[in-house]
Amino acid sequence: MNAIGHTAPLPATSISSRRVRRYLVPIAASVLIVLFGFAVLDWISFEYAYLATYTILQYVVLATAWNILGGYAGYVNFGVAGFFALGVYTCVFNYKTLQLPLPVIIMVAGLIAGIVGLGMGYLTLRLRGVFFSIATLAFAIVLNTVFNNWRFVGGARGVPVLRPDAPLFFGTYPRYLFGLILFLAIAAVLIARAIEYSWLGRGLAAIRDDEIAAECSGVPALRLKLIAATISGGLIGMAGAPFPYFITYVDPASAFNLTIAVNTVAMPVIGGMTSWVGPVIGAVLLGTLQQVTTVTISSALSLMLVGILLVTFVALAPRGIIGLIKSLQRQSP
Amino acid sequence: MTREPPGPETILRATQVTKRFGGFTAVDTVDFTLGCRERVGLIGPNGSGKSTFVNSVTGVISVDHGSIEFNGMDITNLPSWRRARLGIARSFQIPRPFKNQTVIQNIEVPLMYAVGDRDPDEISAKANAILAQIGLSARRNDSPRSLTQVDLRKLELGRALAAQPRVLIADESMAGLSDPEVDEVLEVLFKLSADGISIVLIEHIMRAVVRFSQRIVVLVAGKKIADGDPREVMSHPEVERAYLGQ
Amino acid sequence: MSQELLFNALITGLFLGGFYAAVSVGITIAFGMLDIVNIAHPAFIMLGAFIAFYLNSNFGIDPLVASLIAILPAFIGGRLFYKIYYYAFERHGEESLQGLAFFFGILFIVEVGLLLVFGVDYRFVEANYIRKTIDLGYISLPLRLVIPMIAGLTIVAAIHLFTSRSFLGRAILAVSQDPGALRIVGGNPVRVKEIAFGLSIATAVVAGALLIIIQPVEPSLGREYIGRVFAICVLGGMTSLSGTVVASFVVGIAEALTTTFGGPSWAPAVAFGLLILTLIVRPEGIFGR
Repeated sequence: MNAIGHTAPLPATSISSRRVRRYLVPIAASVLIVLFGFAVLDWISFEYAYLATYTILQYVVLATAWNILGGYAGYVNFGVAGFFALGVYTCVFNYKTLQLPLPVIIMVAGLIAGIVGLGMGYLTLRLRGVFFSIATLAFAIVLNTVFNNWRFVGGARGVPVLRPDAPLFFGTYPRYLFGLILFLAIAAVLIARAIEYSWLGRGLAAIRDDEIAAECSGVPALRLKLIAATISGGLIGMAGAPFPYFITYVDPASAFNLTIAVNTVAMPVIGGMTSWVGPVIGAVLLGTLQQVTTVTISSALSLMLVGILLVTFVALAPRGIIGLIKSLQRQSP
Repeated sequence: MTREPPGPETILRATQVTKRFGGFTAVDTVDFTLGCRERVGLIGPNGSGKSTFVNSVTGVISVDHGSIEFNGMDITNLPSWRRARLGIARSFQIPRPFKNQTVIQNIEVPLMYAVGDRDPDEISAKANAILAQIGLSARRNDSPRSLTQVDLRKLELGRALAAQPRVLIADESMAGLSDPEVDEVLEVLFKLSADGISIVLIEHIMRAVVRFSQRIVVLVAGKKIADGDPREVMSHPEVERAYLGQ
Repeated sequence: MSQELLFNALITGLFLGGFYAAVSVGITIAFGMLDIVNIAHPAFIMLGAFIAFYLNSNFGIDPLVASLIAILPAFIGGRLFYKIYYYAFERHGEESLQGLAFFFGILFIVEVGLLLVFGVDYRFVEANYIRKTIDLGYISLPLRLVIPMIAGLTIVAAIHLFTSRSFLGRAILAVSQDPGALRIVGGNPVRVKEIAFGLSIATAVVAGALLIIIQPVEPSLGREYIGRVFAICVLGGMTSLSGTVVASFVVGIAEALTTTFGGPSWAPAVAFGLLILTLIVRPEGIFGR
């Protein structure tokens, strides 16, 4: 009851409080994360920290984006490297021609990768899940071969990429890259979360659980899968766009990185595929682990570790870490 | 729930439907009609093509020949989700629940997609109403993995119901159930019929089919061999032969 | 000039095709008949290749002999592997999504493992027939291609005989069509699948030994074979052995022609391109049901 004595109708209040929870909280959390992230890294003031965190945040984007099609809809995309490379080479192409600013290129890369995702999805999403996965792998390798033969963007030999000056606001270029990828990571998570809680997410979940039964319940499976594929592919492409400036030398081997491909699949599997939280957990844990083992042991062994973890989790804990936590919760009174 | 005046109008008409798998003809030039508010039983030995026929009607598979009309509209080339939205619902012979969602979430999917509701409160309310109708309210938040056979089949019916269908095809909803459980499901189906839904009952449990159906259609080896009054059809010599075997 | 080039390309393609048949027959069994999406199949091929290398460089064993030695361990290993796969996945009837991720992980583990043990360099075998060729006027037939082709086709023929004549073999065909019916005649579907999968892995390992006769190998070579193997399987209609053979020749010749006239850097894309084309245009393959 407000001061005058009228009672506000009850449903309206509960709707607006739900709105608060769904929109304001994530946005507030995101702002806090950005401030916190910069604060911590600036305080450490160790250049390498920006780059190390870059890799982990890049995986947050990749894992989250992959999961939209892989975890929510159940269609496993093995062609992650292809979409990532589309972003990488969009940037390289721009580097050699127009020299547009990076944020613009990120958007363009997202658009291109999204359209390619739509096209590839249109051709392959009608196939049974298994064939779709194999087709995505085929697509990535074909794309790899194409870029290998395209002399202008470096061909098989590759092309060096020089970092320009960072925009005034950011200071050093690594700090700028960190800011960009942090922004992308937050955007990816917010998008995934929005999808998950929406009717789109429920439809994708139905498709994942039983596509035919879903269709008989009125779910337009192909359409929803195409939407998921477009968003997923677009986000992965966006993650690839800043990459050339990160590694400063781009060749097809680094763009079509097997490590990236396996990690992008392993992280959601290990973290948990049914929710946006899983890929984030997987990316942070696995990414940090790899940074540590690469430095302390060897990069090859850290790759081996990823493979072993993937296989172990798929076999023993298919619901991922989220699933393990949930079953522990169920057991304790 | 729409209430049609009882009448002879045909709501579903399948004409000369034929489906082949390689060299094997599963469904052979079958004609089938379903009238408004009618209760039709569809019977036949295992492998006679009943489920293939249902799959053709609901759009899960395409037909090689023939046409399917719903409410006067040609739906032969429509994908199954469009047919679901138009008002054809079915339950599956072997229950296919959405295993990773709760019982009530299973019911909500057709509400969102076949009916098109978007308001969470409205969806919730309708889902709860349906659960009450089929007697699964107590299992609202359970996973389908923990349901008994009876409850799984009720869930199948509930999901079909949630699509607010004009036509319900119940594909062996009673297989493996005990006598009282069969009667439970029959009661639900009778009630649905009274509410105005036209129902096709595919079943092997003869007493249920005879009790429920106003008309019985018999498929043997993909062909329709009988179509008419239950008692007449059941005493038809060819039907007896088909069931007793050669 | 170009006619001779064309002819040589066709011959090379034919030989490669025979070899590819051996490479793919395992997938026809595992994926076509048993519905197991073993995309790690190429990893086992590479394993076979490196086993042959190891036996050859340390003990001077001829790769063909090495392949024969490796058959039994590979078969047993494959059966064991299926047991693990079955208990983790098939028993629960889980979606093949997880099986796929599982084999993807295995593929990765094997490649990295080989990398750790053998390094990134190309490895090759020494045998007295590897550099020899049979000269028939215009055309020269390199033995290093001829022998794998003959061996490859022999393997496929052996599998064909096995599946059409022996009880176990026919049980494998049966289990792919109707496990229930198999139970009725007294077969145990799980055990049959286990044996079939063991067979599949054994063929992969033998094919690997043949591979290293054809060319030097390094661990990441397996990736090219993923596309080839599945392209051949799908093109050939999934379950048909004869389809696999024909499709192998198609892919082999297509690759050889591309390499000769387009350049070797385009070769990896051929099989994958064919695969995509087939999946889109005619998913049942040439011989599809």
